[in-house]
Amino acid sequence: MNVSLLQHLAMNIEETASIILFGIGFTILLLHPNLVKKIMGMNIMDTATYLFLAAKGYITGRAVPIVVDGVQDVEAYINPVPSGLVLTGIVVSVSTTALMLALVVRLYERYHSLDLDEILILAKEEEEQI
Amino acid sequence: MSRKRDNYDTSRWKRFKSWLDGETDLLEHGMEAHEAVMRSQDPVVMPVHGEGKEILKAKEIWRFKRFYKVMSVLLCLGVILVLLWTVASLPITGDAANPDNNEVVARYIERGLQETGAVNIVTGMILDYRAFDTFGESCVLFIGSCCVLLLLRLDGNSKHEELEKLVAETNDRHYEPKDDIILQKCSCVLVPVILIFGIYIVLNGHLSPGGGFSGGAVLGSGLILYQNAFGYERMGKLFTEKVYKRTTLCALTFYCLAKSYSFFTGANHLESGIPLGTPGAILSSGLILPLNICVGLVVACTMYTFYTLFRKGGM
Amino acid sequence: MKLFENILLLSLIVCALSVAFARDLMTSIIIFMSYSLVMCIIWMILQSPDLAITEAAVGAGVTSILFFLTLKKIRAVRKEDDSEQEEG
Repeated sequence: MNVSLLQHLAMNIEETASIILFGIGFTILLLHPNLVKKIMGMNIMDTATYLFLAAKGYITGRAVPIVVDGVQDVEAYINPVPSGLVLTGIVVSVSTTALMLALVVRLYERYHSLDLDEILILAKEEEEQI
Repeated sequence: MSRKRDNYDTSRWKRFKSWLDGETDLLEHGMEAHEAVMRSQDPVVMPVHGEGKEILKAKEIWRFKRFYKVMSVLLCLGVILVLLWTVASLPITGDAANPDNNEVVARYIERGLQETGAVNIVTGMILDYRAFDTFGESCVLFIGSCCVLLLLRLDGNSKHEELEKLVAETNDRHYEPKDDIILQKCSCVLVPVILIFGIYIVLNGHLSPGGGFSGGAVLGSGLILYQNAFGYERMGKLFTEKVYKRTTLCALTFYCLAKSYSFFTGANHLESGIPLGTPGAILSSGLILPLNICVGLVVACTMYTFYTLFRKGGM
Repeated sequence: MKLFENILLLSLIVCALSVAFARDLMTSIIIFMSYSLVMCIIWMILQSPDLAITEAAVGAGVTSILFFLTLKKIRAVRKEDDSEQEEG
């Protein structure tokens, strides 16, 4: 049972890698105190998801979905749907990254720190003062 | 019998009219922003933990941190294990019999060229069959740049902020050499090539890999390089906030109207009058080429706007 | 080709780990840039050139520029602090 599980994971190598990347990104997001690193972890999670989707659309031995010489057979091309989904996702991830970075810049201007724990303590003290 | 309208002053119409004229604010007590609390301008300083109570508090915080770390490690490991177990029971990558290769994909590939006229099936899919998805996406980009503008904008309302602006500008300058001759000569060679490549990617979106998103990003990075080499004065002649607003709004409006027309006629089996052209020619595939240009413009403007907002908080 | 792809996937994981463990923020941004480029080659292998070209322009180009600008802004604020302390 265990051996066949590992074999299956090795056959789905792209998916396995994307899950590991997702895990790494998630761990960075939760555990790293630095805000900029947290955003990078979020980006790694993004790309891991895209890799998973693109791997699901891949079919061995078939070509890019661009019609060449008028061949319009399903057998000739890979699945175009995941490509379309991921293409839009990549661009949206840039705009979310920019938004998060802008928030980080504002936080740094206010609290002069990138450490989330420090910022939380400072914000709490500020609230108590008011 | 009609009721006599003698209470005009309290009627809804009066309230609506006064709201239109800007005399009263209907949301006065509900959604009004709270008055900003006057904060000290000095940065908050970390207090020194020394008193007995503070030590207790610090201990509590430390204990919470410990708990948080242990729990997040457990959570991460749990998530990874569950996901890996799921992957082990998924169908094998690259198999043609996978359930995601269903009749939708077959339809896109077999009829895509005749129905959309685009040689690149991915572009045909995202700009024809699923065009409103892409429209929402462009709107997300626009909203994102608006939010960054709200967060990073320096407005010279108060004296302190004017001072800050000055400080920011001087800071911006003394980190980099002005009029760097090497950078300028290199970008003289590179910028036209990058811009032409970006335009090529945008215009050939229906024939080859690429399209509005990637071409727009290339165009935006070309603009960023030009700005970096020649400064804001020369860029300001070409690209101002007004230009950004007008370009983005025109592109988004055109996209929305054109695609609404095309979907409306398509759904009601009317003749849309948009020629599909011969597949493979540059002027073909109906609306895909103008829509690609719209998306490219929005993306390029947004990328450059992000850059200028981060650099100096304005355009 | 399969071997090449496996090596690339392994290097992706190594890049992600070193983003986590790099001390300097600048280093981790540059590692993240290379992560994006490796990802772009993997998409070429997975037969999706649309994604590859977008990732090369967006992931390696614009995102890294935004990270660099954030770093620069933060350093500017830090430098201002230092000079104020020296004066005061």
